[in-house]
Amino acid sequence: MIGLTHYLILATLLFGIGLFGVLAKRSAIAVLMAVELMLNAVNINFVAINKYVVPDTGVGQLFALFVIVVAAAEVAVGLALIINIFRQKKSVNLHDFNLLKW
Amino acid sequence: MNYALLSTEVLTAVIGLTVLVAGLILPQRGKKVVGILAMLMTMLVLVVASLHFTDYEVFFGGVYQVDAYGSFFKILFLSAGLLVMLMGGKYVERFEERSSEFYALTILATLGMIIMACAGDLITIYVGLELMTISFYILTAYVLNDEASAEAGLKYLILGAISSAVLLFGMSLVFAMTGTTIVRDIAAQFTVQPAMIAGIVLMIAGFAFKISAVPFHMWVPDIYQGAPTPVTAYLAVASKAAGFAALARVFMLAFPLDQFNWSLALAILAAITIVVGNLIALAQKDVKRLLAYSSIAQAGYILAGLAAANVYGLKGVLFYAMLYVFSNTGAFAVTTAVEVETGSTDITAFNGLAKRSPFIAAVMTICMLSLAGIPPLAGFVGKFYLFSGAIESGYLWLAFIGLIMSMVSVYYYLTVAKAMYIGPAESEEGMAIGGAARFALWACLAGTILFGVFPAPLSQMTQCAIGLFF
Repeated sequence: MIGLTHYLILATLLFGIGLFGVLAKRSAIAVLMAVELMLNAVNINFVAINKYVVPDTGVGQLFALFVIVVAAAEVAVGLALIINIFRQKKSVNLHDFNLLKW
Repeated sequence: MNYALLSTEVLTAVIGLTVLVAGLILPQRGKKVVGILAMLMTMLVLVVASLHFTDYEVFFGGVYQVDAYGSFFKILFLSAGLLVMLMGGKYVERFEERSSEFYALTILATLGMIIMACAGDLITIYVGLELMTISFYILTAYVLNDEASAEAGLKYLILGAISSAVLLFGMSLVFAMTGTTIVRDIAAQFTVQPAMIAGIVLMIAGFAFKISAVPFHMWVPDIYQGAPTPVTAYLAVASKAAGFAALARVFMLAFPLDQFNWSLALAILAAITIVVGNLIALAQKDVKRLLAYSSIAQAGYILAGLAAANVYGLKGVLFYAMLYVFSNTGAFAVTTAVEVETGSTDITAFNGLAKRSPFIAAVMTICMLSLAGIPPLAGFVGKFYLFSGAIESGYLWLAFIGLIMSMVSVYYYLTVAKAMYIGPAESEEGMAIGGAARFALWACLAGTILFGVFPAPLSQMTQCAIGLFF
């Protein structure tokens, strides 16, 4: 029988894969995709928790909806920033962005 | 429910959108009006927020709270926003046809902070936080043809999104254990379990990123250096204060200290932050970067007050957050003026500033001495509260580290003063900074000195504001 724990483990795995992608990928676009993976892992968490812990309210689903909307806004801004930086550097490789360091 | 009590939030939203639309429909030469409009209306909202300081109302079953604590931070954010717009006027002229959106985004970021400070629910905190940070992503990358600014914006976006995801994961675990997202109800359902502790730790990590506590500080120097200087100032004072406002409310109300001692974790984080921030600042040659590391160290001091979690400590958190607005914005206002004049924020650009403009150099010196905690300036009183609180809660070692590191910090603050007073001046003529910026400098100077000499009024305000925790 699949229970809450399974969903939480799945979400944690997805979150870990997303985090790995953020740290390991070089292309800014791929990093944004990995961030989306992390946020979607959180969404799985919220929806599953809503179903198993508080099935008679919709708080978890509501939270997931908010996360989806905000993530869309974040990606819109992120892509705009990437286009802007691509115009200047002709690259989306994060290793080429090294003006700022201590 | 008396919806009139939401007037500050509604007005801020209306102003942000009005400024945005006004910038679109006005012709190019009318754009100057937009900035003045934004400042005047922000001043109006600041007055409204100050008049409603003692209001109390809980909206939608605890989702949103209007109380003295939230009102204190509203006044803080609006003053910071106003000061930044005043002192940044000359800098913003560089953006030409995009300058009106700059004001609109600044006001919308302020709205996000206000929502964060007043939110009594995890969803509302998240929405406020994202409204603030997404506005800041755009503002950071606002200099379109500058590579450093574009790079800073992208870095901030990626790291900010990761930190939001971590914060959300923490929130989801807390939600799983308690079945509610309302802060006060979480406390009632609180049980110490591994998943709960993991949730709290992840939430600490997410918030620590926003307040730039070590080891979640690596974005700060890069973003502060690359962003336009007024944005850096706003990021340093207001976004950090918003992080503290939400952090303090959630942790003080939702997680009972007698069941789970999160205070020690914050104390250790505070100690590392103070030490690392101050030590790396010693080596900086760029004033914006120096102020970035100094702001990391300041976050550490404020975190020490929060770790203490008693009356003195929390009074210190609010007091310090408020005086930090004036002292730090003053320092950034001078940096902005120097950058507009010389095109650089390197420490050599400050050489001989005292000969050229004695007033500007004096503001910089006084603000920096306040940040270092020299009496009788405001920084001393703030640190006194913070460290008294830490000692009262048994963190003598933390207060000790704070004191030693404050002494170390005097060195790097004085390297800037040294450049200004005994560095060789390249030209003798005074700097023209404009009336608005001069007004902002006077306001910062007045705040820094008055809160230090007469701390009683502000202290009473903080006492009233933290009433909900005890």
